[in-house]
Amino acid sequence: MKIVVAIKQVPARDSLLKIGASGTRIEDADLAWEINEPDAYALEAALQLKEKAGGEAVVICAGPERAGQTIREALAKGADRAIHIEVAEGELADPLSLARVMARALAEEKPDLVLTGLQSDDLGYGQTGVILAEVLGLPHATLIMNVETEGAGIKVKRELEDGWFQNVEMPLPALLTIQSGATKLRYATLMGIKKAKTKEVRHVTAEELGGLSQTAVQVTRIYVPEKTKRSQVFDDPPKEAAAKLVEKLRFEARVI
Amino acid sequence: MSGILAILEQREGKLHKMALEAVAAAQQFGRELGEPVYAALAGAGADAAAEALAGYKLAKIHLVQHELTANYTPDGYAIAFRQLIAMHQPTYVVLPHTYQVRDFAPKLATAMDRVLVSDVVGHRVENGQLVMVRQMFQGKINADVRFAGDAPYFASIQAGAFRADNLEAGTTEIAVMTPELKPEQIRTKPLELFRESARAVDLTTADIIVSVGRGIKEAANIPLIQQLADALGGQLAASRPICDNGWLPMERQVGSSGQTVAPKMYLAVGISGAIQHLVGMKGARTIVAINKDPEAPIFEVADYGIVGDLFQVVPALIEALKK
Repeated sequence: MKIVVAIKQVPARDSLLKIGASGTRIEDADLAWEINEPDAYALEAALQLKEKAGGEAVVICAGPERAGQTIREALAKGADRAIHIEVAEGELADPLSLARVMARALAEEKPDLVLTGLQSDDLGYGQTGVILAEVLGLPHATLIMNVETEGAGIKVKRELEDGWFQNVEMPLPALLTIQSGATKLRYATLMGIKKAKTKEVRHVTAEELGGLSQTAVQVTRIYVPEKTKRSQVFDDPPKEAAAKLVEKLRFEARVI
Repeated sequence: MSGILAILEQREGKLHKMALEAVAAAQQFGRELGEPVYAALAGAGADAAAEALAGYKLAKIHLVQHELTANYTPDGYAIAFRQLIAMHQPTYVVLPHTYQVRDFAPKLATAMDRVLVSDVVGHRVENGQLVMVRQMFQGKINADVRFAGDAPYFASIQAGAFRADNLEAGTTEIAVMTPELKPEQIRTKPLELFRESARAVDLTTADIIVSVGRGIKEAANIPLIQQLADALGGQLAASRPICDNGWLPMERQVGSSGQTVAPKMYLAVGISGAIQHLVGMKGARTIVAINKDPEAPIFEVADYGIVGDLFQVVPALIEALKK
């Protein structure tokens, strides 16, 4: 089975975010970067499927030069090769234009299965996978906890709301967005890290694939949200802060 | 192109709790733009849900009926609603940001060469057009998003962003719409719904909940939070990553994929407050947060908070509660 897994590089969790001078983007300069966590679960699902069913796992990632690090890490974990769609630093794109660029990059790959995370932890559209399925003309299913091959197709377990699940049967090729947390993530081995250096990474620019745009929707401004509640926050040393909080909970909120 | 179409969700005749919030959003947009508001429902039981919906002020309810949309599939819903949109040409299409909507709405918008603005938490009107406010970076940053190009414009509404308790009442006509669908257009086959296990813990009846998140670092530290819960006479709960790691059972998970709670006090320890968690607990009367990051979104909804290292703050708090 040939599996393509789409991953993204995002600012590390708990990064202190500063809004850039343009007012439409985060200041990139001082950030640390890592794989988008939901995509790490998609990669894990791809590697497990490959181990079970055989075949190839190909990583696709759109991002500036720094994304190369995240791609290498995915190769070190066991992906066979990668496609790096180079995007100019600071370029803004709506998810439809990005999906179209990715679809063109995949034109000659003809994967049996395309996997991606359920959303990105930075822009959080939660749409790129489903849009990519539609652009590629593939059936899709989202929030997948488990994938089993079944004849010529697959049976997947979808997570629904409020603790419900549903199994869905679908033909291949197909696209799935993988729910986070359903499996344990692996670490790269030393051997894997060594091997990754020799694995193929195909470079292609977004420009060569038709380019990115914001033609349907445009982000005009980003900002820190105004507080909707007036909270009383204590940042004194732990003992004093705890005493103040208990006082408030007893005599102001009267909840204890 | 005119009007606002709210594509709603129901299961077995019962409207999804976020459906009425989407109606509230659509009614508000309608008032501000001077546009009529329509609603649409599909799936088995949609007729009963439409009857319930008819008690609110809407221009019309479109009841999408076809044997191929009785069970939800993204193919069936996207094709059927695309036909409905083509027929009535609304300027805006508004949906609740449910799991199901996330599954089919991006496909529907893409098929019409549009981009859904997902996860909308606010809006304003500028030059007779809606500008949407959505969250990014797990709720740490808001973005203003403007629609470009031609209508229809698609937006999904986050839970709790609009209040469903003062909807305009009315009497609305229900019109049946039958989409053209062929069995071969439905490529996926949904099987029956199921639950993994019965819930032994009912967090919804707890007065005090102490909830723990990623900040706890490892399973061995969970007993510290249990001690705090005990000192407060509360139940222990957790955000999703804790349950995913198996550090606490799934039945103690609060958030969109776990339980929704509204206790007298909700104390969040080491939880940053991603929207998926906030929707499960923001109805609590008093919210308290302990987090090392003063910018964590949990402080946006907290009444009280302590910024600091939970491994120092929690023992100090347990001590202070004994006094």
